[in-house]
Amino acid sequence: MLKTLRPLLGAAVAFGAFAGTLAVPQAAKAEQLTLCWAAWDPANALVELSKDFTAKTKIDMKFEFVPWTSYADRFLNELNSHGKLCDLIIGDSQWVGGSAENGHYVKLNDFFAKEGIKMDDFVPATVVGYSEWPKNTPNYWALPAMGDVVGWTYRKDWFEKPELQKEFKAKYGWDLAAPKTYTQLKQIAEFFQKRQIDGKTVYGASIYTERGSEGITMGVTNVLYDWGFMYDNPKKPYEMQGYVNSPDAVKGLEFYKALYDCCTPPGASNVYMVESADAFKSGQVAMQMNFAFTWPGLYKDEKVGGNRIGFFPNPAEKYHFAQLGGQGISVVSYSDKKDAALQYIKWFAQPDVQQKWWQLGGFSCLKAVVDAPSFKTSQPYAPAFLESMAIVKDFWAEPSYAELLQAMQKRVHDYVIAGKGTAKEALDGLVKDWTEVFKDDGKI
Amino acid sequence: MTASHDTFSDKMADAAIRATPEPLAARVRGLSDRAIAWLFIAPTIVLLLAINIFPLFWAIYLSFTNFRANRPNAVVQNVGLGNYSRILNDPDIWASMQTTAHFVFWTIVLQTLIGFTLAYLIDRKFRGHAFWTTLILIPMMLSPAVVGNFWRFLYEPQIGLFAYAVSFVSGIPTSDIQMLGNVHLAPWAIIIVDTWMWTPYVMLICLAGLRSIPDYIYEAAEVDRASPWRQFWSITVPMALPFIMLAVLFRGIENFKMFDMVNLLTGGGPGSTTEVASIALKRDAFEAWATGRSSAFAIVLFVAVFGLANIYVKALNKVKQR
Repeated sequence: MLKTLRPLLGAAVAFGAFAGTLAVPQAAKAEQLTLCWAAWDPANALVELSKDFTAKTKIDMKFEFVPWTSYADRFLNELNSHGKLCDLIIGDSQWVGGSAENGHYVKLNDFFAKEGIKMDDFVPATVVGYSEWPKNTPNYWALPAMGDVVGWTYRKDWFEKPELQKEFKAKYGWDLAAPKTYTQLKQIAEFFQKRQIDGKTVYGASIYTERGSEGITMGVTNVLYDWGFMYDNPKKPYEMQGYVNSPDAVKGLEFYKALYDCCTPPGASNVYMVESADAFKSGQVAMQMNFAFTWPGLYKDEKVGGNRIGFFPNPAEKYHFAQLGGQGISVVSYSDKKDAALQYIKWFAQPDVQQKWWQLGGFSCLKAVVDAPSFKTSQPYAPAFLESMAIVKDFWAEPSYAELLQAMQKRVHDYVIAGKGTAKEALDGLVKDWTEVFKDDGKI
Repeated sequence: MTASHDTFSDKMADAAIRATPEPLAARVRGLSDRAIAWLFIAPTIVLLLAINIFPLFWAIYLSFTNFRANRPNAVVQNVGLGNYSRILNDPDIWASMQTTAHFVFWTIVLQTLIGFTLAYLIDRKFRGHAFWTTLILIPMMLSPAVVGNFWRFLYEPQIGLFAYAVSFVSGIPTSDIQMLGNVHLAPWAIIIVDTWMWTPYVMLICLAGLRSIPDYIYEAAEVDRASPWRQFWSITVPMALPFIMLAVLFRGIENFKMFDMVNLLTGGGPGSTTEVASIALKRDAFEAWATGRSSAFAIVLFVAVFGLANIYVKALNKVKQR
């Protein structure tokens, strides 16, 4: 009897185990979403915020955060290989074109219409920058999630030192304060360069110079836009000759190099967000260029935060723009849990959730939050953020943005940091590179 | 004990034979030695085909197309020799090849000179030579990632020990010693680190060469009243030469494809000053996503390394035959 039963028992146990291996992931699948993003302060805020989503829906949130230096490589590889790691992704603004055209993101128009989510409720620049492809058309691939823009912090305590104010006024003829123009910014930077403050040598400004990913492009564009650089002819798309390399753009690039040469700390040839924030936190620089997401952390810093720090938007010159950062949140089309992922987006779009997002350190793009009368006084950096978001401009968001970005990284770094050639040659070369890319794409 | 053990083994073998299904046993019995040999090496060959040969042929195929890994849905077109022509006519690619050649040349010269000198000194077998050998070998035991980060801090102009040491000796302010940010110094900064890390490796190979020289040759030379200088040039160098050449070959191939150290120290900068071929290739393949073009570049590099290594191995064989 036992002999007869043994194979049956074995089969039953084996079947049970097999069924178990299938059933357990299925159960987990339905109740867990993976959200992919960069490893930075706002990501921690999102972890905190998402606890409310889990409490409300019983859907667990798992997070896959990757450092900025490998963020694009890691997640673009994931999307290109049709991976299922991410159900939701907060992808960089420049990815939207490629992700839309290659089918990586779920188109959200029908979902927004069904759930009553209106893009008019969000800051227009963020909708164009993070959600739309083609740009300025009502085709939405993401919900604006994290507003971000390049701006500046400065050492308010140093600026307020009477002896420095007096010396500055005598030298430049105007009061030492947050600069309104780049010319003023450079004067301040020169004034502080190699100055002894509290027994320590300090430097003028920390600016983006990183070569490997997107650093120097995200920095130099702030200056180029203000001098008159344009990506193409507004009336004839992809016509770049005379726009990218206009005489004004050349002057702008020369200014960025002059700023790098005169007023940055030693060894600042490969600086991006982390290095720039570190230079400021360690008391090395009087001013620092950085994305707004760093501001809450810097404001809380014991050594340089509180009353010692001030914030100002990108200065103006001939024009007034600032480089857009930030991201939208999208549903990955290869996910098996698209419905649950859409549920998360629906929850995230709610005004009370957006309000809490801002309180926790995220930068909401919802008008109801940023246009509220109390917003400007809610944080010391809120006015600078608002002002900056009104003047944003973004890099190409074309499907071939990676190639366009690499060309600019190389041309600009070669000129600004390595001192190779002239600004005119760098921008002429850039026109040549970009023309080649668009020709390969069949766009010109 | 042995007998009983044999009996047990025999019983086990008999049991295994009985348990083997008859058709399979018959088939195995029918196989020739050659077939059995193939059976054993087949898994390795399959593995090699899958992870080495197939990707190589796939890369060759891609090098003739406009394929881009970030656009899997786009139509893949045959571009003939277009990618190769673009690579070979691209001044930036040639600049990166020149940077690589500069890097390979100087690292090999320095590592060979210092490595051989160290090996020669260690071979004197002075008191404590084993301890010094171990100490010298430490850098090559470290991970390149650790070494890269470690030297990046050493080179830091404001807090780096290297800058302080140079400043102490030369009197130049530390803030002016920008090893990684200066276009003239950055290539040398990488050469210094690579030399620091890999000279021990060259030393080890040279030491093996020196220790392989029989003592009686030196004894015979002494009988002939050959001076130490003459012994060095007529015995030591010629007999250690195949080993030195081997070390040069290994380091040459390694440094031709150097990536980690450069990436960690300078990322190819400032500008493109230290953009060696492997960094340029990585940028083209995984940042610009020009998969077809970067495949062509990879093939060009492969052919160059393979060709140079073959010429070199032939020279090495000639030296060995002398």
